[in-house]
Amino acid sequence: MSQIMLPRRQLIARAGGLVAAAGTLPLLAGCDAINDAPAVRKILSMGEEMNRASQRALMDRNALAREFGRADLSPYFRPNGTRLPAGAAYAAHAASGFADWRVKVTGLVARPLSLSMTDIRAMPQRTQITRHDCVEGWSAIGQWTGPPLSRILAAAGVKDSARYIVFRCADRLGDALYYESCDMIDALHPQTIMAWALNDALLPIANGAPLRLRIERQLGYKHAKYVNAIEAVASLDQIGAGKGGYWEDRIDYEWYAGI
Amino acid sequence: MAEAETPVAPAKSAAPPVRVYRHRLPIRIWHWVNAATLLVLLMSGLMIFNAHPRLYWGDYGANFDRAWLVIGSTPDNGYLRLGDYRIDTTGVLGRWTDAEGEEKTWAFPGWATIPTSYSLADGRRWHLLFAWVLSIGLTLYMLWTLVGGHLRKDLHVRGAEWSPRHIWHDVKEHARLRFPRGEAAARYGILQKLSYIGVIFVALPLMIATGLTMSPGMNAAWPWLLDVLGGRQSARSIHFITAWALVAFFLVHIAMVLLAGPVNELRSMATGWFRLPPEREEGA
Repeated sequence: MSQIMLPRRQLIARAGGLVAAAGTLPLLAGCDAINDAPAVRKILSMGEEMNRASQRALMDRNALAREFGRADLSPYFRPNGTRLPAGAAYAAHAASGFADWRVKVTGLVARPLSLSMTDIRAMPQRTQITRHDCVEGWSAIGQWTGPPLSRILAAAGVKDSARYIVFRCADRLGDALYYESCDMIDALHPQTIMAWALNDALLPIANGAPLRLRIERQLGYKHAKYVNAIEAVASLDQIGAGKGGYWEDRIDYEWYAGI
Repeated sequence: MAEAETPVAPAKSAAPPVRVYRHRLPIRIWHWVNAATLLVLLMSGLMIFNAHPRLYWGDYGANFDRAWLVIGSTPDNGYLRLGDYRIDTTGVLGRWTDAEGEEKTWAFPGWATIPTSYSLADGRRWHLLFAWVLSIGLTLYMLWTLVGGHLRKDLHVRGAEWSPRHIWHDVKEHARLRFPRGEAAARYGILQKLSYIGVIFVALPLMIATGLTMSPGMNAAWPWLLDVLGGRQSARSIHFITAWALVAFFLVHIAMVLLAGPVNELRSMATGWFRLPPEREEGA
């Protein structure tokens, strides 16, 4: 019935849309076939490699992302992706104020670690006010506090054979747990921290409590939330579907998200 | 017979058309590669915009922050909001019907985007690869115009051309659709020069600069670029506005080609050879 009751203007708009769509349908199908062809996808991914190589060439490996003042803070730091991990285990952690949350540091390390949030807060800390750029296009500015990842990796004694750091998360999106990864240049960057505080308060659940990655020279989806394991690896091939991250594996987001 | 002795000037149209070599090969290649590249960049750019169809000024801007432009939808409408001014765009922007007759509520419709179904990841792949094509092509073009003399000979605005009188004259001639003929048709008029200079040396470099400024990696490498452009969200807004300025240039460009003789114009951009339109016979 609702179809019949549509206002006239909407009907006209729909009819117009259908006519326009019918005329362009074969053309559009052709465009999408091009988009989906494996050879084309291979060519398209050249852009990512060119971006990574040129940025690494242009940029000092320790070049800092801009840091802002308190006056520049976004009035509200918008959360995105998972806002509340599902499941009883996470709920229990949240209820106890993450007192029993552990972050395992494993893989190519001399001394595997299992850090509590107290351990993490006892380490040397870095506080930085930075801009978070979502791949979708929006930005928010927030103040983050946490130990530099380089400190944690040094404590675990990362081996020279390690080429990537993998971050494993407690939030399940669809069919799998979220994860991300970066190379050693970004892992050891001074602004790459494991943040437990946002704007002078404990990290809210929506923003990744109790611990999230801040990797300031890359887009938002690289900044893994709800981190419970950090793993040093020589290759990403055996991790997930091998592309280095949850979205990378599923929908071809760039692994190098510096642009 | 005696009457026929009166000398009659031969009709100009009877003379063989004068052909001039107007566009050299590098220019022609760049022109067509650029045309295709800008189309891909526009359509994939609209897909990227669809991921967050709101624009802001300054360093930050996300949902709930004040946006100066929004393309959105309500349960029954599509709308475009510019500042406080809101117009209904149902059927075109924000709320439209796809090929299967399904109602969609993303900002730009599928027929205008690459790919046609919503995919931010794929839109970015196309956009970021073709941004390289644009940047490399523009750099080579600029070098070639400098070295090859195209800039000096064809685009350089001479002293007299800057006079308001001359510019106003050209504006009036364009408004009356009286385009230069004969020798003058092979040279660029002041409005042509200014619009080509504007596109090549202002709009396209601005697109590349604002594009780079949206990259968090480039912000760390070249923080000064961010200062020049007034912050990441300002850069994103300028990128969007300049894209539409290029669309406006394209529409005027096509209109001028059609009015000036599309076959001759297309031939000259394909083969290089341009047929001079014969001089106007004044008073005829």
